[in-house]
Amino acid sequence: MDWGAIFGNAAVELISPTTAAYALAALGLAVHFGYTGLLNFGQAGFMALGAYGYAISILTFGFPVWGAFLVGVGASVVFALILGIPTLRLRADYLAIVTIAAAEIVRLLFTTNTFASVTGSANGLSGYKNEFAALNPLADGTYGFGPFTNNAYDTWLRIVAWSIVIIAALLVWQIMRSPWGRVIKGIREDEDAVRALGKNVYAYKMQSLIFGGVLGTIAGMIFALPRAVVPSNYQTTLTFFIYAILLLGGAATVLGPIIGSMIFWVLLSFFSGFIARAVEAGWLPFMTGIQGGQLSFILVGAAIMAIVIFRPQGIFGNKKELAFVR
Amino acid sequence: MSANAVPLDSAAPLEPPVPTKKPVKTTGLHIGAAEPGCAKVDPILVVDNVRRTFGGLTAVDVAHVEVPRGAITALIGPNGAGKTTLFNLLTGFDKPDDGKWTFDGRSLAGVPAYRVARMGQIRTFQLTKALGLLTVMDNMLLGAKGQTGENMFRALMPFLWRNEEEENRAKALDLLTRFKLDTKKDDYAASLSGGQRKLLEMARALMSDPTLVMLDEPMAGVNPALTQSLLDHILNLKAQGMSVLFVEHDMHMVRHIADWVIVMAEGKVVAEGDPHEVMQNPAVIDAYLGSHHDEDIGEDPAAETEHVSAIKELLDDER
Ligand SMILES: Nc1ncnc2c1ncn2[C@@H]1O[C@H](COP(=O)(O)OP(=O)(O)O)[C@@H](O)[C@H]1O
Ligand SMILES: [Mg+2]
Repeated sequence: MDWGAIFGNAAVELISPTTAAYALAALGLAVHFGYTGLLNFGQAGFMALGAYGYAISILTFGFPVWGAFLVGVGASVVFALILGIPTLRLRADYLAIVTIAAAEIVRLLFTTNTFASVTGSANGLSGYKNEFAALNPLADGTYGFGPFTNNAYDTWLRIVAWSIVIIAALLVWQIMRSPWGRVIKGIREDEDAVRALGKNVYAYKMQSLIFGGVLGTIAGMIFALPRAVVPSNYQTTLTFFIYAILLLGGAATVLGPIIGSMIFWVLLSFFSGFIARAVEAGWLPFMTGIQGGQLSFILVGAAIMAIVIFRPQGIFGNKKELAFVR
Repeated sequence: MSANAVPLDSAAPLEPPVPTKKPVKTTGLHIGAAEPGCAKVDPILVVDNVRRTFGGLTAVDVAHVEVPRGAITALIGPNGAGKTTLFNLLTGFDKPDDGKWTFDGRSLAGVPAYRVARMGQIRTFQLTKALGLLTVMDNMLLGAKGQTGENMFRALMPFLWRNEEEENRAKALDLLTRFKLDTKKDDYAASLSGGQRKLLEMARALMSDPTLVMLDEPMAGVNPALTQSLLDHILNLKAQGMSVLFVEHDMHMVRHIADWVIVMAEGKVVAEGDPHEVMQNPAVIDAYLGSHHDEDIGEDPAAETEHVSAIKELLDDER
């Protein structure tokens, strides 16, 4: 058993762009769910809009990177408005139902053959990376050390991805300790009380939905850069993984989503590496390689359950807060 | 009722709550006879034909009523008379089937709740709405009006709102000191007792310098020790020039601090008057006893004794 490779591959995930993407999407959900109390079950839809908005803008319209970025962000603002206008005046559960359905609609629109020339249908899109690579100021060669050694493009991608995560985390941290954040947290506690104090609750909920959604959309772009854009990546399970990360780290925290994402990906990589090799070595004779892949998700689920049971407020959550949750 | 009580509240004297100072009553509020819907010399709130039905049940059907400015007005009536529903309608938390009403001369029909509050008509709730997982101080700061930092983009530039925040903080601390909550300022509101939450909700409402304060059962579930100070606070509101409209069941309290009493029964205003005279009005006694008689067998015994004791208090006092 090659433990070195198992641990090495797990360590790679610590700073991989995918980990950054999940961290950013979870940060968006922290804004929605942890701070505002909005049940957005359509974060995968926001991510899909980012990935497709970016890829289509470059492939079909030949936009520069910043133009493609703005298209993705614009699409998610429109998406948030469409979701929010009819539901944010209603009880919280309506938003949950509408977002879960809308995210599926988005995914199916990208999957359908009708728009295959633009969306690539079920095969998705690829070949949109050159524009981003062209911005790379790093000379060719390898950078980093140990398991974190990468070529120039991958290093550039990691720098950009994690810079965005850090900037977003600072933004969320600053805005949540401002009077705006106070209103937002008040809405989570009791929106009628906040309304009675003269705050336009509807507008605040909309702003929160847009803010968290845009973070999800940018996460979708980061997610798309190391791979192809494939519609099946944006299923509801993606949203649930991001919720798992959020609850793991602490719902109303800034560091929680980031560290939660790192733990999630490191664990997933560790378990799948371990099981794949265990199957190879004949330790699990009743299993095929595919079943092994599924087992690693089960093990990650069990590990997350254990953490949530022993630390229900999440890793960074405040125990005192939880004492009052009935 | 006392499930939330902390030891602080429980060392309470048993005599009826009486304000520590003898309240100064405001008189000469109305024009003509003190009858339901009578005109006021200087009304702050004027309600016309406001009706609200829930299915077949008419919860509120107020033809005309005026609330005087600069005075403490009590809204009384048996359980289910429609007092809370009327509060919800007047503050934009519920929409009437029809009707109109003005606050300070401005029409409020169709105005959303947050705008009503911004205009200076602030309410509290029968079931206290302290924001549990916010600190007591954050609860207070949320009450301040027109904050620069409540704008999403300006929120990111603390230098724009830091001074304002400090001023609000000082004001909040001042109010908290008056309400004897200053030592709790960094605690979660969820850790307060029921009575302290009522105090916090009232103090929070005052952060916006309202002109009309509407309190829905401010004393319900509050221990007598705190009732005392709540009474003083309500009297203080008037002393500071605010108008008060409050719903209350405790007749002692109504008698002692109210300048004017409006009586509701089955959605209608059935009597109005000065607190001593209105209690001699047969319509008021009818309202309470009537509702008692009308109730089905399934009536909650606690509510029944409450009505009966209310009537006894009324009659006792006027003898
Ligand atoms: N949301 C509602 N749906 C149905 N009936 C209601 C609703 N709110 C109040 N009611 C009914 O309206 C009547 C007046 O209630 P309420 O205004 O709470 O009375 P009060 O505050 O005077 O005790 C009661 O009969 C109550 O059952
Ligand atoms: Mg009521």
